Amino acid sequence: MTEPLTIGFLPLVDACLPILAHEHGFAEEEGLALTFQRDVSWATVLDRLLYGHTDAAHLIAPLAIATTLGRGRPAQPLAAPFVLGLNGNAITLTPELAAKVAEPGRLGDPVAVGAALAQEARARKAAGKRLHLGVVHRYSSHNYMLRYWLAASGIRPDDDVEIVTVAPPFVADAMQTGEIDGACVGEPWNSAAVARGVGVIVLATAQIWRRGVEKVLAFRAPVLEARRPAAEALIRALRKAGSHFVDPANWETNAAILARPEYVNADPALILGAISDRLVLVQGAEPVDYPDFMFQHREAANFPWVSQAEWLYTQLVRWDHLAFSPEDAAAAARVFRPDVYRSALTGTGDLLPGASSKVEGSLARPTAVTAQQGSMILANNTFFDGRSFDPDDIEGYIESFG
Amino acid sequence: MRIAIVDESATRATIIEEGLAQIPDCEIFVLTERHGLLSRIEEIGPDIVLIDLGNPSRDVLEEYFAVSRVLARPIAMFVDESDDDAIAASIDAGVSAYVVDGLAAHRIRPLLDLAIKRFHAFARLQSDLAEAKGKLAERETIDKAKGKLAERETIDKAKRILMQGKGVSEPEAYAELRRKAMSSNRRIAEIAEAVVTAHELMGGGE
Repeated sequence: MTEPLTIGFLPLVDACLPILAHEHGFAEEEGLALTFQRDVSWATVLDRLLYGHTDAAHLIAPLAIATTLGRGRPAQPLAAPFVLGLNGNAITLTPELAAKVAEPGRLGDPVAVGAALAQEARARKAAGKRLHLGVVHRYSSHNYMLRYWLAASGIRPDDDVEIVTVAPPFVADAMQTGEIDGACVGEPWNSAAVARGVGVIVLATAQIWRRGVEKVLAFRAPVLEARRPAAEALIRALRKAGSHFVDPANWETNAAILARPEYVNADPALILGAISDRLVLVQGAEPVDYPDFMFQHREAANFPWVSQAEWLYTQLVRWDHLAFSPEDAAAAARVFRPDVYRSALTGTGDLLPGASSKVEGSLARPTAVTAQQGSMILANNTFFDGRSFDPDDIEGYIESFG
Repeated sequence: MRIAIVDESATRATIIEEGLAQIPDCEIFVLTERHGLLSRIEEIGPDIVLIDLGNPSRDVLEEYFAVSRVLARPIAMFVDESDDDAIAASIDAGVSAYVVDGLAAHRIRPLLDLAIKRFHAFARLQSDLAEAKGKLAERETIDKAKGKLAERETIDKAKRILMQGKGVSEPEAYAELRRKAMSSNRRIAEIAEAVVTAHELMGGGE
C-alpha cells in the first residue's frame, strides 16, 4: 500500500530532490505516492502548507524560522527534518553595473567586487538614485546572503541601497526595464537574465558562505509528528534522489525532467548548467566551472544542523532590527530536526554526523569530523569575511555586527 | 470601503467585482497589470486587498504591506485568529485577503464570503469550459483524422483513373496531380476530387 503525500514547490532548480524522488521511483520504493503542487509565490506555498493543501513544502529556510516565530502573521511552528540543498544562488547585475564593479566573464573576488560596489552605491546615493537590488523574499537566504555581503563590504543595506522583492521568473524583466540594477536569485533565473543579455553573473552565493543553508523540506510541526513514518520514508527517498542527482551520468536526463512545464518550465540547457556547476556568466560566453555552486548531497548536505537554524535566527534579528530573545532563539533552533533525519536514515549505511550543531564557517580546509560510525569529511565552509558563528554565543555574534 | 482586486485574469476579476458590487458603500478597483502594481495600490489606499493565490505578485505585495506597517496606514494580512475558518475557506477558494488594521471583522466577513463564492463560481465555470473544450478538441481530432482518410481515398481513386485513362504509372499519375495542384495553387486533394467528379460525370465510376 502506498501513502500519498502532497509537496508544494516553487519552480526552481533546487526543488529537484522531491521531483526526482518521484520521477525515478525512489518515493514509490519507500511506499510513498507523491503529488506536487506548483505555485509561483512563497506566500502561496506557505498558505497551502499551513491550511493543509500540502503535507510538506520546498521552502526558503528563513521563512520556516520566521513563520515559527510569528513574523508578519500569527506564529505556527514548522519543522524541517531535511535540508533540500546548500547555496545554488548567484548575484547578477545589469551589464552596465557589472562592467563598473566586476570583471564580466569571471566570478569575482567578493571582497573586491564588494568594495567597488560600495563606491558605486555611494555615488548613486549621492546622485539621489540609489541602487535597487532584488531578492525573492524578505525571509530568504538570498536576502540574508546579499545583506551579509553588502554589510561586510561597507554598504548599509537599509540606507545605501534599496532592497526590493521581485518574483524569480521576473528578475530578467525587472533588470531589462531598469526597475532593479541587480538581484540575488536562484537558478535558472540568473542564467535566464544572462541568456537575454540583460544580466551578468558576478558572484555565486557559495562565494559568500561556502556552505550556506538554502531550502528546507518543511512540515507543520504537528503534521510531522502525525505522519512521522511517511516523513521518514520521504527522507530516505530524497537521499536516494540526491545520489542520483549528483551523478554526472544522470545530469542530462534530470535536466530534461526538471525543465518540464509541470516542474520548473524552463530551458533544459540552463538547468543543466546549474546542476553541473557550469554557468554562463555573460551572454554568448563559454560556461565557467564553479565547483559546488549547488550542493545537494555530499558531506551530509541535507543534515539539518541546528547551528544553521540558529545562524538564520541571528540574521532575522539583525535585519528585522529585533532584540535578541533566548526564547525565540530556542524556538528557531527547534525548527531544524536532526533527530528525525537520523531516525530516518539509521541502518541505511548513510553517513550521519555525530553532533547536531557545529561552529559555522570554522573549517578552512577539509576536516574529518565524528560520525555516528567512524568519521566523515567536511570541506571548507567559510564565510568570505573570515567570521565564524559559534552557536554557543548567539547573542555575542549578533552584537558583533554592531 | 475601498476594495482592490488584484487578479491577472480580467474575467475572474470582473466576476468578483460584480459580486462585491452588491455590498453597499463599496468602491471597487480592479488591478490586472503586474507593472506598477504597488504604485496603483498606493494611489488607491484600499481598506481591503483581495489577490488570487496563483498571482506571482503576492510576495511583492506582502513585502509592501510589511513595509507599510511602519507607515500611517498599516495593512495586515487577514489573520484575526478568531477568523481562521474564514481564512481557510478563502485559501480553499484560491483567494487571499489583506485588510487594513482595525477594520471590524463584521464588515470583512460578508465581503470575504461573497468573494469566496465568486471564486468558486469562476472555478466551476473554468472546469466546465475546460471539459467542453476537451470534448470539442476530441471531436476535431476525429473529424480531422476522418478527413485525412477520405482525402487519401480520393487521391488513390484519382490516381487509378489517370493510370487507366492515360496509361501512366502510379508515380507519374501522382506527379501529374501534384503539378496541376501547384500550377493552380490548390491542394492535391482538391485536384483529385475534381478528377473523380469529372470521371463520374463522364459516366465512369466504380
